[in-house]
Amino acid sequence: MSSTTEGQQHPLGIYFKIWGLLFVLSAFSYAVDILEFQGYLRWSLILIFMLLKAGLIVAIFMHMVWERLAIVYAILLPPLALMVLMALMALEADYTHLTRLLYFLGGIPLK
Amino acid sequence: MAETNVEHSAASIDRPDGMQGVIADWASDQRAFKGVPWGKAMMWIFLLSDTFIFSTFLISYMTVRMSTAVPWPPSSELFALHMFGADIPLILIAIMTFILITSSGTMVLAVNYGYRLDRKKTTLLLIITAILGASFVGMQAFEWTKLIHEGVRPWGNPFGAEQFGACFFMITGFHGLHVSIGVIFLLIVARKVWRGDYEANTERRGFFTSHKGSYDIVETTGLYWHFVDLVWVFIFAFFYLW
Repeated sequence: MSSTTEGQQHPLGIYFKIWGLLFVLSAFSYAVDILEFQGYLRWSLILIFMLLKAGLIVAIFMHMVWERLAIVYAILLPPLALMVLMALMALEADYTHLTRLLYFLGGIPLK
Repeated sequence: MAETNVEHSAASIDRPDGMQGVIADWASDQRAFKGVPWGKAMMWIFLLSDTFIFSTFLISYMTVRMSTAVPWPPSSELFALHMFGADIPLILIAIMTFILITSSGTMVLAVNYGYRLDRKKTTLLLIITAILGASFVGMQAFEWTKLIHEGVRPWGNPFGAEQFGACFFMITGFHGLHVSIGVIFLLIVARKVWRGDYEANTERRGFFTSHKGSYDIVETTGLYWHFVDLVWVFIFAFFYLW
């Protein structure tokens, strides 16, 4: 029995609230497509709803808000390194895109 | 086992919190993650490595999508289904998203009832979660079949940039594999809960660990399952909606 005392036990109410919230947020992100938002509005709404959903799942369903900071940092900080990879690959992709326009599609139209 | 558990029991009150707590916990020359059973810590570390795998997939998808000079296939129309006399964009994907969220909810309830030592409800909720997961995989198989019939291949497709197929099959395939493994994992744990392996009055030991399990194994299983849902949140946003 001793090890069950370590488990994450919380009142059911919070889970139902988060569950409902996840449904609403999913409906919102689906609505972004249905309502055919375009450009920066579309991208920022997609990102906001995505981050809110991810945050709620990690924080409440995976119990991260109730864990000690030592494990929270050990798990949540390393993925930030991926931001560097993302930035590098975005630069690289931009460069590839420009060279493709230049050599495959007959050059960039000059203004 | 019992003694070590008492000795390493949940975070005690006299430990500092905040940044000082981080340093104190890591420097304590004993167990670093207070209040976290080893199985759960290992699951978290596995999930961290899995995060890197899925992120590299999504970042390579970003790279090829940004660099192609050919228009990207319109995913909203491509994943539309003809229902009720109209083409509803992304409807199958939306249903899959809701199914996965529902299964996350039943999972979190299973964890809770496990700690309440309610064997029946825990087993039932784990089985419901597994069924929802299996239906997700079934819909994914349907989606793959539809796209393959329409001529989408890893090396090309009739709708636009060739890289679409490679990204689609790799990312959703790897996620679907995770869901399938999760369903098996859930069924195994459901069977063990039902059999009473995690009750205090049994000495039944795990096959791999040869240790007696407890209900925090349900929580560890839950972490894996929520992670599968979490990855889908990112795939839904970046692959289907973007």
